Amino acid sequence: MLRKVTAAAAALVVSTTLAPLSTVVAAEVNPAVVFDMGGKFDKSFNEGVFNGVERFKKETGVEYREFEVTNETQREQALRRMAQRGANPVIGVGFAQAPALEKVAKEFPKTRFAIIDAVVDLPNVRSIVFKEHEGSFLVGMIAALKSETGKVGFVGGMDIPLIRKFACGYEQGAKYVSKDTEVVQNMTGTTPAAWNDPTRGSELAKSQFDRGVDVIYAAAGGTGVGVYQTAEDSGKLAIGVDSNQNYLHPGTMLTSMLKRVDVAAYKAFKDAHDDNWTSGIQVLGLAQDGVGWALDEYNKDLITNEMRAKVDQAAADIVAGVIDVHDYMASDSCSY
Amino acid sequence: MSTAPVKIPRWVDVGLIPVINIALAFLVSGVILFAIDVHPLEAVEIILYGAFGYDEALGYTLYYTTNFVFTGLAVAVAFHASLFNIGGEGQAYIGGLGVGLGILALDPYLPFIVILPLAILLSAAFGAAWAAIPAYLQAYRGSHIVITTIMFNFIAAALMVYLMVNVLIQPGSMSPESREFAEAGHLPFMHEVFGWFGVKVTPSPLNLSVVWAAICCLLVWVFIWHTRWGYEIRTVGANETAAVYAGIDPKKVIMLAMCVSGALAGFVGINEVMGVHHRLLLNFTAGYGFTGIAVALMGRNHPVGIVLASLLFGMLYQGGAELAFEEPKVTREMVVTIQGLVILFSGALAYMMKGPVERTYVRIVGMTQRPAAQEG
Repeated sequence: MLRKVTAAAAALVVSTTLAPLSTVVAAEVNPAVVFDMGGKFDKSFNEGVFNGVERFKKETGVEYREFEVTNETQREQALRRMAQRGANPVIGVGFAQAPALEKVAKEFPKTRFAIIDAVVDLPNVRSIVFKEHEGSFLVGMIAALKSETGKVGFVGGMDIPLIRKFACGYEQGAKYVSKDTEVVQNMTGTTPAAWNDPTRGSELAKSQFDRGVDVIYAAAGGTGVGVYQTAEDSGKLAIGVDSNQNYLHPGTMLTSMLKRVDVAAYKAFKDAHDDNWTSGIQVLGLAQDGVGWALDEYNKDLITNEMRAKVDQAAADIVAGVIDVHDYMASDSCSY
Repeated sequence: MSTAPVKIPRWVDVGLIPVINIALAFLVSGVILFAIDVHPLEAVEIILYGAFGYDEALGYTLYYTTNFVFTGLAVAVAFHASLFNIGGEGQAYIGGLGVGLGILALDPYLPFIVILPLAILLSAAFGAAWAAIPAYLQAYRGSHIVITTIMFNFIAAALMVYLMVNVLIQPGSMSPESREFAEAGHLPFMHEVFGWFGVKVTPSPLNLSVVWAAICCLLVWVFIWHTRWGYEIRTVGANETAAVYAGIDPKKVIMLAMCVSGALAGFVGINEVMGVHHRLLLNFTAGYGFTGIAVALMGRNHPVGIVLASLLFGMLYQGGAELAFEEPKVTREMVVTIQGLVILFSGALAYMMKGPVERTYVRIVGMTQRPAAQEG
């Protein structure tokens, strides 16, 4: 009898103390994400974030709010509406949202924000940036190690500093393998349409193959699809970007440069959920597994053990600081 | 057939038919919403509340409206000379470039009160200059204005990207944007203006350019219907041969109409660059130039109609965004679909209902008038 009572009392105590706690946690985490113009199904950057937040939803069962902006002004509007609705944390996707997020984060100092690919220096903002040049360096090495002609290619999307950063890292990696490696570079265009122009991607790939290139790295969003297809049709090799795209053309996709925006987005929600939130700048490079290269069942026959050993060694050297990969955006030039 | 035709009053054409077209567009939208399990009436409520329900929403709606008034007037002026100016997008873009270049050069030295008129002049001059080239090609070389203005949109986009990526980008900045303008280059927001009079209004992008848009409506009305230039434009638009016979030079009229049109489109730059973003950036035109074509068509090329049509599209933009925000099932593509249906019914199919509506009108009027005629 006494045991029953104490058990009941204990249960009561537990429930009364835990109940408010759990409601507090639930009230605190009301995550939201504002996708940028590309939309959440862009097969690339935004979709990476989408996959990350979907994983969070599946694991925790916590729903999130989302919005896809369609013009410049909506960025600020959407972020503010999220904050007004009590969303916390709020993720802004892409560097273009940085000015809007900075403004809104100042207005809502108690709301936690995360921004991917940009730095907003406020106490309630987590800024997540990637060392794309490090990942590109490694796939540049792989390209040069695999190439039989000593010529490797790069097809960029829109000609902006960020893509030049990819190209610069790639070039350094290729030249690291052999100083004589020739790197042929093309940008698809100068307007945002360059992110989704597979036809032009295919043309550029063809012309590079004609010039003796046998591996092409495409950092060009949807344009890459044309590059990969042409590589397969020509019996050459291609390297994917952002997400693991090896599965698209097994035997043709040499590897993919991974940029783990999905992990960044997932972690932002998850940390808030687990009460582990930290603000400040997170630079995700090789050391943090924020970038890397993909090795799976689709490309394992293309990568020899020797190549793998060399690339892993270089990766370790980059992490240890022995190899310093130059960041294009640090100097606005690719001189290293 | 032997009876004298009943005259169709103007309100049927400018009032009743547009309303029927919009109603049809919403009906089809409602069916689509119903198909994806969203209650159509609730959706309408969200759109209306999200567009007009509170001061911030109204601010956003009127901010969009301002852009549509400028581009709608631009298309309308050209249309009166029977020129189809598809280049509002590019002219707005270059107009914004003019504003941006002017402010970037002058804001350290001059006060706001001097910069404002200069910025308005620059946006007009740049927009007009961008429209003048296709106008020249049409007037003196016979290249069709539709083709050339479309092509000039692409040239404008390429030029802007080149300038923003290579020349005007703020050093060290990731996105292709210029530096932020100094305070003297900011057009005050309406919530600031209301603040001067002690009225507290929630911040929104609505700025003083809405007043300029209203003034432009008036100016366009005076220009088209109460000046010699407007008369010449309308004459050429109605019948070019007759205009030549009357001593009007259609070449000059084409140049005039297109330059005024381009200048009006250029004012989008005042709203976006000087009013909202306070810096030069890419893609601030966001399709407003193209929507202006639908606005002008729906507004029957008259300032009053254009204001009403602009309000409708402002409501669709702002309320549509709220709908996407509130209803997870409604994606932004769905909002574009609704906007597209309105454009389809009021633009492309504008005259689909003209026949049936007018026949119905004639029948109704005929029935009520016949007994009277017999008595007389």
